[in-house]
Amino acid sequence: MKTALANRMTPYLFLAPAGIVLVAALLYPIGYMIYASFLDWNPSQRIGEADWIGLRNYTNLLGDAAFRESFWVTIKFAAIVVTLEMVLGVGLALLLDRNLRGMSILRTLFILPMMIAPIVVGLMWRYMYHPTVGIFNRTLENIGLPTVPWLSDGGWAFTSIIIADVWQWTPFIFILSLAALQSLPQSAIEASRIDGASAWQTILYVKLPLMMPVLIVTALLRLIDAFKVLEVILVLTNGGPGLSTEILSLRIARTASEFRELGVAAAMSNFLLILLLVLTVAMYLYGKAAELRAARLRAAAEEAA
Amino acid sequence: MTQDRQNPAFYALLTVLILMAIGPILMMLITSLKLNVDIMSDTSGLIFMPTIRNYETALCDMLWYEPAHVDRCDPTFGRALVNSLIISIISTALTLIIGTMAAYALVRFRFMGRDTVSLTTLMMRMVPPAVLLVPVFGIWTFQFGIDGTRAGIILIYVAMNLPFVIWILQSFIVQVPIQLEEAARMDGAGPFQVFFLVVLPLIKPGLAAASIFTFRIAWNEFLLANALADRSTRTVPVTIVNSLTEFEIDWGVIMATGMLLAIPPILFTLVASRQIITGMTAGAVKG
Repeated sequence: MKTALANRMTPYLFLAPAGIVLVAALLYPIGYMIYASFLDWNPSQRIGEADWIGLRNYTNLLGDAAFRESFWVTIKFAAIVVTLEMVLGVGLALLLDRNLRGMSILRTLFILPMMIAPIVVGLMWRYMYHPTVGIFNRTLENIGLPTVPWLSDGGWAFTSIIIADVWQWTPFIFILSLAALQSLPQSAIEASRIDGASAWQTILYVKLPLMMPVLIVTALLRLIDAFKVLEVILVLTNGGPGLSTEILSLRIARTASEFRELGVAAAMSNFLLILLLVLTVAMYLYGKAAELRAARLRAAAEEAA
Repeated sequence: MTQDRQNPAFYALLTVLILMAIGPILMMLITSLKLNVDIMSDTSGLIFMPTIRNYETALCDMLWYEPAHVDRCDPTFGRALVNSLIISIISTALTLIIGTMAAYALVRFRFMGRDTVSLTTLMMRMVPPAVLLVPVFGIWTFQFGIDGTRAGIILIYVAMNLPFVIWILQSFIVQVPIQLEEAARMDGAGPFQVFFLVVLPLIKPGLAAASIFTFRIAWNEFLLANALADRSTRTVPVTIVNSLTEFEIDWGVIMATGMLLAIPPILFTLVASRQIITGMTAGAVKG
């Protein structure tokens, strides 16, 4: 009797630690944040002492030009880096999907930018962008061109953080699309070759459509991560000059730590969270739809056979 | 597959890509081996005397000898390195233990579908650390009373990493044949024995991938550590950012600290790139 009870309790025993940690340190904080976004709260107060101000944090934010600017910078940054990285990553994967000696070295070394700390990535690029000793300005000077204010001019600073992000994350797209390419059914590609398709036609009409499900998931994953980029930009520009590179995550962090307005920071976090939630749900639904369609196609194929 | 003869242009492209990927890292390494005089001099390039002085300055209180050029030893970095090691190792170990148990329960006793778990993982992956900043700071300080401690930082890292670890280990546990476990149970093993002696040894590759991902996040994380740590529990990323806000940046020393922070992930990558790629592609290709 006792062992039976023990056996029945096992799954709960195995799950309990994870459940407790997730509830206490992840779900509770998120609920807490939603509550805090309705408060006028600074870090020296306990949350109970903060005043309830309803939706004022949200309405203030919507009317705040700096917040709107920051929101727009975030969207622009995410859209540009994801587009650039997808084009470069998928292009390189299509180009290099062949038996090359040294591919495994490339794949190994290509992960490095993603594995080392974002803080360190920021550090390396900040050194390379350095106005006098950085390699870019030094090279420009040596070949007699005018130097560029990489991090001290609004437009250039935005370009600079995009270059750094493209360097860091294009390998992610490359590796995923290469994996997708190599798992494509060889029969389809061979059939297209026998039918006389050129290399371009094979890519456009066979490879890309077959890769599409993976590519869409990859793009969405990257898009979600692009909204989370913070440390590289913090080290490179700390949001400046002006607000030209202040993406939302960074603004949240600064509102909380420099301006000490926790309620406002929480309301901003909620905006960001809602934005990401929409993206995530879209991605999940797309995955489900693709699965259903595949199942239907399989069923149809079986019926026909 | 046999190696076909390919157009040399592809090899040129391959070389350029490799150089672009590791160029900035090499530049950091080279700078960390230079004296500030060499860094600031106009004659750029590769002609200089390599020196480990910057590393000696950063690690001065951990050396068994006293470097001659360090006048006043600043123990900040050495202390941060110890903190970083303790925090990342403990949080990785805890995440793996708790995560494997949960993943096993979810697969074998099926009271939650795999869909629910994938969706939760996806949701958790979506939450930016910046969003957790305010609530975690508030709760840790005023309710749990663990702000400024290593335990507080470890707790949030475990929570952040758990969903991904559970999710990735699930896909490995599903592949363990149930007959093996049944045979062990016939021989009289209890559920815990089955788990530790039969299942765990079979999912080692999954554990390797999961531990690298967890360690990397704990080792590299800045934002939450910055909010939670006090002077004595700061981690390396926090000290690096702090020294960047100083008026005069000592590039040689800061590059040495950056290099020290980058070394463990680089080693993992070189040793286990296959597992890392598996973990990464599993995150998207099977979404």
